Amino acid sequence: MLDFLWLIPLLPLASAALLMVTAGSLPRPLIAACGAGSVGLAALCVLLTGLSWAHDPVPRQMELWTWMQVGTLRPTIGFYLDGLTLVMMSVITGVGFLIHLYSTEFMEEDESLSRYFAYMNLFVAAMLILVMADNLLFLYLGWEGVGLCSYLLVGFWYRDPVNGAAARKAFVVTRIGDTAMALGLLLLFTELGTLDIQQLAELAQGKWQPGDTTIVLATALLLGGAVGKSAQLPLHTWLPDAMAGPTPVSALIHAATMVTAGVYLIARNHELFLLAPPTLLAVAVLGLLTLLLAAFTALNQHDIKRILAYSTISQIGYMFLGLGVGAWSAGIFHLVTHAFFKALLFLAAGAVIHCLHHEHNIFRMGGLRTRLPVAFWSFLIGSAALAALPFTSGFYSKDQILLAAYQWPQIGPWLWAGGLLGALLTAIYSFRLVFIVFFGEAQTEPDRQPGWRMALPLSILCVASIVGGWISLPLAEALPATQSGHPAAAVEWISIAIPVIGVSLAYLIFLGRQLDLSALVNSGLGQRLHQFWYSGWRMDALYNWLWVRPYQFTARLLKDEPVDLAYNGVVHTSVALHHLLSNLQTGRMRWYASTMVGGLIVLLAVLARAG
Amino acid sequence: MLLLDLIILLFAGGALAWWSESRSAKAPRWLALAFLSLGLLYLLGGVMQIPEQQFSLIPQPDNPQTWLLHYRVDWIPRFGINFELAMDGLSLILVTLTLLLGGVAVVSSWDEISFRPGFFQANLLWTLAGVVGVFLAMDLFLFFLFWEVMLVPMYLLIAIWGHEQKAFASMKFFLFTQFSGLLLLLAILVLASIHANNSGSYSFSYFDLLGTAMSPQLGFWVMLGFFIAFTVKLPAFPFHTWLPDAHTQAPTAGSVILAGILLKTGAYGLLRFTIPLFPQASVDFAPVAMALGAASVIYGAVLAFAQTDFKRLVAYSSVSHMGFVLLGLYAWNILAVQGAVMQMVAHGLSTAALFMTAGALQQRLHTRDMRRMGGLWHNMPRMGATAMFFALASLGLPGLGNFVGEFLVLVGLFAVNPWLAVIAAIGLITAAVYALIMMQHAFQGTPDPQRQLTDYGPREMAAMGVLIIGLLWLGLYPQPVLDVAQPVLESLLAGGAP
Amino acid sequence: MPGLQVPLEHVLMMAAALFIAGLVGLMVRRNIIFILMSLEVMLNASALAFVAAGAHWGQADGQIIFMLILTVAAAEVSVGLGLVLLLQRRFKTLDMDNANRLRD
Repeated sequence: MLDFLWLIPLLPLASAALLMVTAGSLPRPLIAACGAGSVGLAALCVLLTGLSWAHDPVPRQMELWTWMQVGTLRPTIGFYLDGLTLVMMSVITGVGFLIHLYSTEFMEEDESLSRYFAYMNLFVAAMLILVMADNLLFLYLGWEGVGLCSYLLVGFWYRDPVNGAAARKAFVVTRIGDTAMALGLLLLFTELGTLDIQQLAELAQGKWQPGDTTIVLATALLLGGAVGKSAQLPLHTWLPDAMAGPTPVSALIHAATMVTAGVYLIARNHELFLLAPPTLLAVAVLGLLTLLLAAFTALNQHDIKRILAYSTISQIGYMFLGLGVGAWSAGIFHLVTHAFFKALLFLAAGAVIHCLHHEHNIFRMGGLRTRLPVAFWSFLIGSAALAALPFTSGFYSKDQILLAAYQWPQIGPWLWAGGLLGALLTAIYSFRLVFIVFFGEAQTEPDRQPGWRMALPLSILCVASIVGGWISLPLAEALPATQSGHPAAAVEWISIAIPVIGVSLAYLIFLGRQLDLSALVNSGLGQRLHQFWYSGWRMDALYNWLWVRPYQFTARLLKDEPVDLAYNGVVHTSVALHHLLSNLQTGRMRWYASTMVGGLIVLLAVLARAG
Repeated sequence: MLLLDLIILLFAGGALAWWSESRSAKAPRWLALAFLSLGLLYLLGGVMQIPEQQFSLIPQPDNPQTWLLHYRVDWIPRFGINFELAMDGLSLILVTLTLLLGGVAVVSSWDEISFRPGFFQANLLWTLAGVVGVFLAMDLFLFFLFWEVMLVPMYLLIAIWGHEQKAFASMKFFLFTQFSGLLLLLAILVLASIHANNSGSYSFSYFDLLGTAMSPQLGFWVMLGFFIAFTVKLPAFPFHTWLPDAHTQAPTAGSVILAGILLKTGAYGLLRFTIPLFPQASVDFAPVAMALGAASVIYGAVLAFAQTDFKRLVAYSSVSHMGFVLLGLYAWNILAVQGAVMQMVAHGLSTAALFMTAGALQQRLHTRDMRRMGGLWHNMPRMGATAMFFALASLGLPGLGNFVGEFLVLVGLFAVNPWLAVIAAIGLITAAVYALIMMQHAFQGTPDPQRQLTDYGPREMAAMGVLIIGLLWLGLYPQPVLDVAQPVLESLLAGGAP
Repeated sequence: MPGLQVPLEHVLMMAAALFIAGLVGLMVRRNIIFILMSLEVMLNASALAFVAAGAHWGQADGQIIFMLILTVAAAEVSVGLGLVLLLQRRFKTLDMDNANRLRD
């Protein structure tokens, strides 16, 4: 199977191509089978690959062809397989297949089913290329490819201009990061003469000491790409808007896979980042700030998908924090568990939305515990994992990150404390969601129940969200180990206690109503704070004011081509001269005769003088 | 002989198409397509017969055997003017592109032209003949001749078959190009007379004029003449203002070959003549040229975003893309120059397709104003999907040809001038902004329920299919094109080095 | 009897006076008939100068040129009269200032 590695991205790619070329002319069941089946087959291939790789777990490189060769630049179309790749591939195809299966029911009535699965399959192919690429340029191809599919799928229901705007925002904001990453590639190539990831790591270690300016700059540029794609500060504003797409899309792209590409990028290039401690520090600090900022925002949203979007931003913040403090495998571990429980949450939210006439506002839901039991249990398990309640998958991964943060020298305890605050908020907002949506009084009656194609993926993800914490990932070879050593038992106990406290608080506030915060909320300050957090710390307004408006203003200013003024000046001058001279041409013969005589006299006079 | 035949074939095809319009209104377009396909087959058939190793030879100025094809007869011996045509890898790529896009242009205006269809096709073919001549001429006098030959029919195409402001646009186009042609002629004459003073005999041959010794000041001014002549054509900021008007007003086929091919003659001129003929002056001038290139990239992208006219938007995007070409040429290392060549080819394909889309929209909606479009994906999904593909190519999506070009330019440029590379890279962001807003205004949004529109038929899809496959090929396996251009670019780089 | 009875200068002054009279007529009159007549006067003035000069030098050239001028004058009159007719028909006037369409 290892020789047929190329088959894995090719399967969804071929399906995407088929669906695009046939453009909806296939029968609908066939479209669904093609869309979900190709990813299922790819998942099977990944499984076989994993099994045969397990026999001989050494990294492998496989080159298909030379992409381009100019001078010393020789990027290939080639794959690299190690534990990290395998983990990512499994998540992408495994969770991806479940989401595709779910989509066959969720999107059943949509007229553009073929287009939907074409985009989804293309996404899976691009994402696989991203994680399998053996060089940064090919990785960049996948990187841009997933961005494109995100754009296409966010704007999938193109008739509403709001969706189009959200899609454009997603693409352009991530492209700002992508461009930084491209510059990073340029810098790395100019300095080291290759883009092959393994060679880069080797050459960089030979060339630079830790902390050299060039490598710090290069990794900072790569970080720019990661920040854009993974929706971290300061480029996170696109993700909440990206919820305009169909819910399975949000589950696949904006929760489980694409948004974690930044985490993968940093982990994949950890040798480079290890040479740049300032960048790593920036990774950790950005992660921490993002996770806090997003958690506060999530606490104040009404839209079920936006809450989940902000929680995604927040959880990726944890992954960044983990990477930043050197807990490489913990970061990837959290990526995997997050993929399970966040996909689960999104799919469960999708089931709620699907059965509730596309209602998004949580305050118009309520009491769904008995009416939608499948969605309820899924949501409950997903939220427990998200809140990192003990013995769920999210608990193990988040715990590892927090402990590593605590042990980080100097500011470690601060990072840990920040992470704990985030964990508390996470528990509160995730169970706020559960209590408001599934308990209390019913507001809207569901008009259907999820069928088996929705229920089955939910059940599998439920299991994964619980037991996902017990699997051990084959990352030992691929990523450096976290420093060992156990902190004081108190630290561990606090980490365990915080989520439980958070859930209890949520219960007291939102369900039991023993804790009445309405006075605080309704006060002037409370209202303003709520508005401030509701708008996501006014980041959108800030960027509008800082970037969007000036750009639009400049464009409007220049629209009618100021450069033409110079050329028009020439034109106007010659037209004026033309008018001046054309007045001499009266059309009257007498005038011509007279001017001839006058001219003759002048000429004679001149000649007489000269003579 | 093949080279001469090719040019004669196009001229004769044009004349025949003109003659045939009195017989049937449909005959000219079939004839034009037939002659272009014949030319393409003839060229490729001829190239196939060239031995493989010839492609890896570095073309020597003094040895015709090292060129792929070479043809030369005396023309005006008294002034050392020869009828000299030669083809190397660079010319091969560009001539093939010319013939291919010529065919696409004919298909794109298949049933658009009802007034004098024969004369229309004749002008199209004559323009192409002039362009092919420009790409092949190795005598500067002959080059200038072809340079003018390609302009007059193009002027007629805009002036006769253009849209509402055709008179203004065609005149503007003609004045800009004619003025630049005058500069070119003056520069050629000065260069030839310097050479005559140095060596005692007249010659306009490119190979003789290479390495002409002259004082730095004079060299700078003559170089500037060449530079301005070619950058007007390219076009680069601030000489680009003829382009939006000409593109917008030209008929679809005119826009296609204007953007797809004619702009490349400017880039070709810079690469073949300006830099190698004046290596030292070009070194001194490179920072200015690169700054102009970077300015074009950003300025074109901002103005493209500002437009409401579909064709004007695409026209400004050309300015932005050709800025990359200018940057690549003056960065003057193998990566950047290869990138510039790749960008020329890829931009030809992608922009041709976008202009075809604009033409198809105009034909169906009778407007180019994007404020009156919206939701067209619903009415015409095939057109929407292809437009999306080419918009993505235009914004430099990896896996498509334009990305290879832009990336190579950036890599080459970064080693020379990192800050300009940063500015040019910002162009990648602005490109996304205008390409996506174009898709939004035209194809996405709420469809008009009253609108009944016909989607692309097999003929249009065939043309689009060719361009899509071409861009994918260039994007995923560009090596054949890079290999063909490699020896030429190496010899040019070795000759003069800014 | 060879030579000229009156001094050449007088004849030339006479011719010049005639020529200027014709020229002034040409410049100030608007009626095309008068313009043609003025032209005729100018032609004859130059013819007079030629004849006088021929007589003065005792050579036949002057007379030959006079014959030439006669034919030119005849041709000019025929064309001129044609113009007069056309002008009358087209514009219903003989005023030359109205016939200024070539201006644009």
